[in-house]
Amino acid sequence: MEALLNQFFNLDIMARALPLVLTGLKQTLLLCIVVIPLGLAGGLLVALLSLVPWRVFRWATILAIDFFRAVPPLVLLIFVYSGLPFAGIRLTPLAAVAVAFLLNNSSYYGEVYRAGIESVGRGQWDAARSTGLTLTQTLRNVVLPQAIRNVLPDLISNTVEVVKLTSLASVIALPELLYSADMARSLTFNTSPIVLAAGFYLLMLWPLVRLVSRLERRIAS
Amino acid sequence: MTGPILDIRGLRKSFGHVEVLRGIDLAVKPQELVFIIGPSGSGKSTLLRCCNRLEEPNAGTILVDGVDLMDRRTNINAMRRHIGMVFQSFNLYPHLSALSNVSLALRKVVKKSRAEAEALALTALERVGLREKAKSYPSELSGGQQQRVAIARALALEPTIMLFDEPTSALDPELVGSVLGVMRELKQDGMTMLVVSHEMRFARDAADRVIFMDHGLIVEEAPPSQIFTSPREPRTRTFIAELTR
Amino acid sequence: MDTWSRFLDTFFKPELIRQYLPSIAAGTVTTIEIAFAIVVTGILLGLVLAVLRTFRILPVNMMLVACVDIMRALPPIVLVLLVYFGLPNIGINVPSFAVLWIVLSLVLAAFAEEILWAGILSVPKGQWESARSTGFGLFSTLIYIVLPQAVRLTVPPLTNRTLAITKNTALGTVIGVPEILNQATTGQSFSGNATPLMMGAIAYVILFIPVVALGRFLETRFRWSRA
Ligand SMILES: Nc1ncnc2c1ncn2[C@@H]1O[C@H](COP(=O)(O)OP(=O)(O)OP(=O)(O)O)[C@@H](O)[C@H]1O
Ligand SMILES: [Mg+2]
Repeated sequence: MEALLNQFFNLDIMARALPLVLTGLKQTLLLCIVVIPLGLAGGLLVALLSLVPWRVFRWATILAIDFFRAVPPLVLLIFVYSGLPFAGIRLTPLAAVAVAFLLNNSSYYGEVYRAGIESVGRGQWDAARSTGLTLTQTLRNVVLPQAIRNVLPDLISNTVEVVKLTSLASVIALPELLYSADMARSLTFNTSPIVLAAGFYLLMLWPLVRLVSRLERRIAS
Repeated sequence: MTGPILDIRGLRKSFGHVEVLRGIDLAVKPQELVFIIGPSGSGKSTLLRCCNRLEEPNAGTILVDGVDLMDRRTNINAMRRHIGMVFQSFNLYPHLSALSNVSLALRKVVKKSRAEAEALALTALERVGLREKAKSYPSELSGGQQQRVAIARALALEPTIMLFDEPTSALDPELVGSVLGVMRELKQDGMTMLVVSHEMRFARDAADRVIFMDHGLIVEEAPPSQIFTSPREPRTRTFIAELTR
Repeated sequence: MDTWSRFLDTFFKPELIRQYLPSIAAGTVTTIEIAFAIVVTGILLGLVLAVLRTFRILPVNMMLVACVDIMRALPPIVLVLLVYFGLPNIGINVPSFAVLWIVLSLVLAAFAEEILWAGILSVPKGQWESARSTGFGLFSTLIYIVLPQAVRLTVPPLTNRTLAITKNTALGTVIGVPEILNQATTGQSFSGNATPLMMGAIAYVILFIPVVALGRFLETRFRWSRA
């Protein structure tokens, strides 16, 4: 028991690792600020592309979405970071993360938006178009506000996944939260820094996870 | 003599291989209230939806106030605001208040300022007797009130013609009267209207002409007094007998 | 050399494809084995937890929800590293493939529990009451009446979530499990060419695209049947 406490909850070591872990936390937050808006915007674009009336175009988009949902994000990340340089495309870790996760997250967010848009009935389109609103105005003012509200739990829960995904950046040595914690672990031969990092992830994500459960339950009932 | 507000000639529409409208000719004069009746699936809704190109016709011409809707150069969105449409299922925007439902197109299509749009929207709500419900959301309104807001939404854009697709058939019987009352007032104010409905009493009181449609064609048209008491065509007779039974 | 042949030479070099096909294939088998184990244990455990939750024993449920939330909120790679580096230091040695299996099973169980529980809640109260009134016990009501209805509703989200979590087998590469990505990156660094990595990516696509398609199919099917 004591060994367990000492190995996982060693406050002394946590305190020493804290500054390093905090710089990592800052990087993680920075990553989130880059990756989440990119994914939200890319996803919207993908959703709109997968709804256009030209069939070939729509299928191509859906194929691309499914492709990026089939490839593990870590594979995508390593491919972009260490595969593309062989083709002469060299990206910084941050850029590699941004590109790889844009592809991955746009597919996931895109599916969420699409479900939302499809959940808005045809009557809403009819009503808006019959008053002369253009396609874009109908989307912006009538359909999307309802669509987003209908899939809000999925949007939040996908965002939780995106934040979790940023931890993969540690694999390509981007000094974010997990990377710094793991560095502290290898310096101290103690797992407590990783527990500390886990604590920060919980701090960021637990409220969102609870919120999602709440919202989903309210929609179910 | 003024020309018709709505002039439909040779209108045809197919869904896949099924021809739903098989050559419709119909003219609606200013201030006229034309009633359309007919069995389910006869193409009544499709006809109305073609009149503002929510459905794309396959052939024929549609003139609204002399403007050819089918012409490429016609700005369909600019025209649509002059063609008010009221749906069976109301189709109010659930995320917007009654006031915003009515003012949205005024702001986005007519490009009025928010204040101006809201003032006009309030006037329109006043006309349907719901000024005090401006702040309410659709979910807080009864079916009859929702449909009146929907009428106000079309009315606020000052349409030259209004299309009604079974405006009362989703309503509980006791709520039908309030909607018909509003439509009656519109008629008195000189609005041109094309109405799909099976409210026979209203048709008898208010309609100038009744059109009976079946299988995508106009079978018979006559003033209400005539069509309800002595229809010419056997099909019309059967249908009206069914309705009034 | 023109661009096209340079592209082929970088990502699809024939000799390297031939050379690394066996190891990528071996990695694929490993990935399939671990993924299969994760799906079985994860979903079963999730089901057990969801059933446990219906008994509504307050302290048990509080514990359960807390653990499930933690598993849902933490990135799987954090859990993997925690277990992989932590356990040996307190004298418990677990092979790395088992670390991956245990951690991802727990994560899947947490998500499955949440999805199944939402499904159970969505079954109308009247179903419970009519079953109980005809003499079913709590447990048999659950097994014969509620779960069959709940499962129908939960199959599409469960499929998608299971896919997302089994894709995390790629994390094995971080702790030295010889799965696809591990074989591919090893091949890449030995050959100094991106072909093995491309092969790995393709292996994942071949492996998982059918599941993605299945998820899509289930989603549309269930949407129609509900409408
Ligand atoms: N979008 C569509 N795609 C395919 N078929 C359609 C579509 N809309 C209508 N139809 C078909 O066209 C025919 C006419 O439909 P329409 O809605 O115009 O009839 P209606 O006279 O309004 O009937 P009701 O009284 O039931 O409202 C029907 O057979 C219907 O199934
Ligand atoms: Mg109809």
